[in-house]
Amino acid sequence: MYQYTDFDRQFVHQRAAQYRDQLERNLTGQLADDDFRPLRLQNGWYVQRYAPMLRVAVPYGELASRQLRALAKIAREYDQPSHELLSTALAKQAELGTKALAVGYGHFTTRQNVQFNWIPLDKSADVMDLLASVDMHGIQTSGNCIRNITGDALAGIAADEHIDPRPYCEIMRQWSTLHPEFAFLPRKFKIAVSGAAEDRAATSWHDVGLHLIHNDQGEVGFKVLVGGGMGRTPIIGRTIREFVPWNQILNFLEAVVRVYNRFGRRDNLYKARIKILVKAEGQRYFDEVEAEYQAILAHDGGQHAIPQAELDRVAACFKAPNITLDDTADTAETLLATLSTKDQTEYQRWLQQNVKPHKNPALRAVTLSFKRLGLAPGDASADQLDAAADLAERFSASEVRVSHEQNLLLPWVRASDLPALWQAARALGLARPNIGLLTDIIACPGGDFCALANARSIPVAAAITERFQDLDELFDLGEIDLHISGCINSCGHHHSGHIGVLGVDKDGREWYQVSLGGADGSTLSGDAIPGKVIGPSFAASEVTDVVEALLDTYRNQRTPGENFIHCVRRLGLDPFKAAANAARHETRDAGQVLNVHTNSADALTD
Amino acid sequence: MNKSIKLIAADADQAKATGPNVLTIANDANPAELSLAGVDRIDLHFPKFTDGRAYSQAYLLRRRLGFTGELRATGDVLVDQLQLMQRSGFDAAVLRADQSLAAAERQLALFADFYQGDAAHPQPHFTASGANA
Repeated sequence: MYQYTDFDRQFVHQRAAQYRDQLERNLTGQLADDDFRPLRLQNGWYVQRYAPMLRVAVPYGELASRQLRALAKIAREYDQPSHELLSTALAKQAELGTKALAVGYGHFTTRQNVQFNWIPLDKSADVMDLLASVDMHGIQTSGNCIRNITGDALAGIAADEHIDPRPYCEIMRQWSTLHPEFAFLPRKFKIAVSGAAEDRAATSWHDVGLHLIHNDQGEVGFKVLVGGGMGRTPIIGRTIREFVPWNQILNFLEAVVRVYNRFGRRDNLYKARIKILVKAEGQRYFDEVEAEYQAILAHDGGQHAIPQAELDRVAACFKAPNITLDDTADTAETLLATLSTKDQTEYQRWLQQNVKPHKNPALRAVTLSFKRLGLAPGDASADQLDAAADLAERFSASEVRVSHEQNLLLPWVRASDLPALWQAARALGLARPNIGLLTDIIACPGGDFCALANARSIPVAAAITERFQDLDELFDLGEIDLHISGCINSCGHHHSGHIGVLGVDKDGREWYQVSLGGADGSTLSGDAIPGKVIGPSFAASEVTDVVEALLDTYRNQRTPGENFIHCVRRLGLDPFKAAANAARHETRDAGQVLNVHTNSADALTD
Repeated sequence: MNKSIKLIAADADQAKATGPNVLTIANDANPAELSLAGVDRIDLHFPKFTDGRAYSQAYLLRRRLGFTGELRATGDVLVDQLQLMQRSGFDAAVLRADQSLAAAERQLALFADFYQGDAAHPQPHFTASGANA
């Protein structure tokens, strides 16, 4: 993992002090709410439906166990609404049918960050100090700026990786942090990086997608995609350059972002992302970036060319930890021998779904499943965060990764430790063998928390999870990406789901549009593409039936060994549409009234 | 970071941009198309503080076009953006009427240094400090 220098540490403390000054001015009436909003957003503080939300940056998803413990402390001590606030929130959500709201939890997001839902704003500066004490912050996790850079959760360990992206991610993180020219872009700006054969970072769906590659001469550089994004107008990124030498990537990004800052639309929130500029201008945008890049190099002296020594310094932090491969295989055998037949089966399933191969043949990457009955996808209680830190220390060189699928991955597990890890994870309820399967649902917090949402996501995920509890059935259905967003901002990545569910507002009631055939760009899913809507939206009470109808169609018509997504591609949408339509049973006024729509100005900067 | 930007209270902004040596440009103007000969001062505009186009204009005027006269920030200029302005090449800012000079001084003094190079200090931290930072 990256190790903070004194400079880095001082920097996050200075940022925390700056935020405290701004907060105090706001709380004492010297800084108006409208003027404070973009400042707090760029530190990760939103105001949601009932309370502030904090989004903590987890650069490219890497966390040390000591940082997990700090997040646990925040969940336990700060993610606590007053009794009065919680009562109000519960009463309002109860009108929709929500029976409980998680308190004292951290939430893993689709951008590998961690969110909290209940921290009072007057405690926010204290939380920033606490984060700074473990080399963390909320810098640029919101606002119209360069956001936290995301990457492959298997970076540095994947068997199919050409180049470890993490040192480059870290250098880009530092470059983008408090960049003075790019703090008020037309809209948010997201960068994702992959260095492996398989794209596990959904790079085509980002404002900038970077692929670390070798060119014909064997030199390292980046293939650069630009203009991808979800939201109201889903667009797949286009290749702007086949190869930028690794040491020039900051200079190239400077050109990409400067041209966007100057020419991106600012008159319409929904047309302000770079994807709209790239779509509208096409080659003209590419030419402008190329000219700007050449001017940066030739005229400005290419000041941000990365020196080899700097890459070496940062890369040294990402050396694989020293893991003693002592002979624990016997213990593992002994442990396995004590398992019942039923447990043996469950263990084998866990090995199959939750354990991935590793660059080092003696090691494995193990995913802890945070997709389980009764809890929102990606939610972790304070105790579970601490317990995950324990597992990381015992089994994974004190390191975890937040995956964009909202789980935690242990990257340095000895193969011989797998039985013991499985037992420990199972005792914590984190060993459900459903990674990559239907119930490994990606979902945003939705209308139970978020002020932007048109509909709730968590109850939809819960209902589907509840219906599909049978592991035999889940394994028979195979790998399926089911993604749920509570609104068109697409935090739940519904566009890229094999099955996508999108909350929509019809006459103030919550309805759900279902789409089919989306892809994130992974090997299983194929080239990134948005799913197609299969018809008019459905009532909440119909969604689970619709999902089941889609799956039944697949089960009835699949060829041997054919995955759901491949079956959808082969058959086309019609048979699925017909089945989904047959599952309609509600009258058109059946949607729940989301009567607590807020007009929070934060909705302008998700 | 040392404060170098000149702060001008809104009511003290007498020298409105009317003289022949002062250029006032909109924030969508292309700096490369300006005629800079004989210009002593350019007023760049922030219609809203959340509209960041003038940062790029300032950077280009300073670093690309070599403008050495005064770059003045006008419009919705708030103390919490002064640091960004100073780093992007502005050397004067007319504060919005309700802004506090004391808060401005505090905000400008908070950071010792930054990661990336900027218009005022082109070299990034990794170059300036070498690889042993």
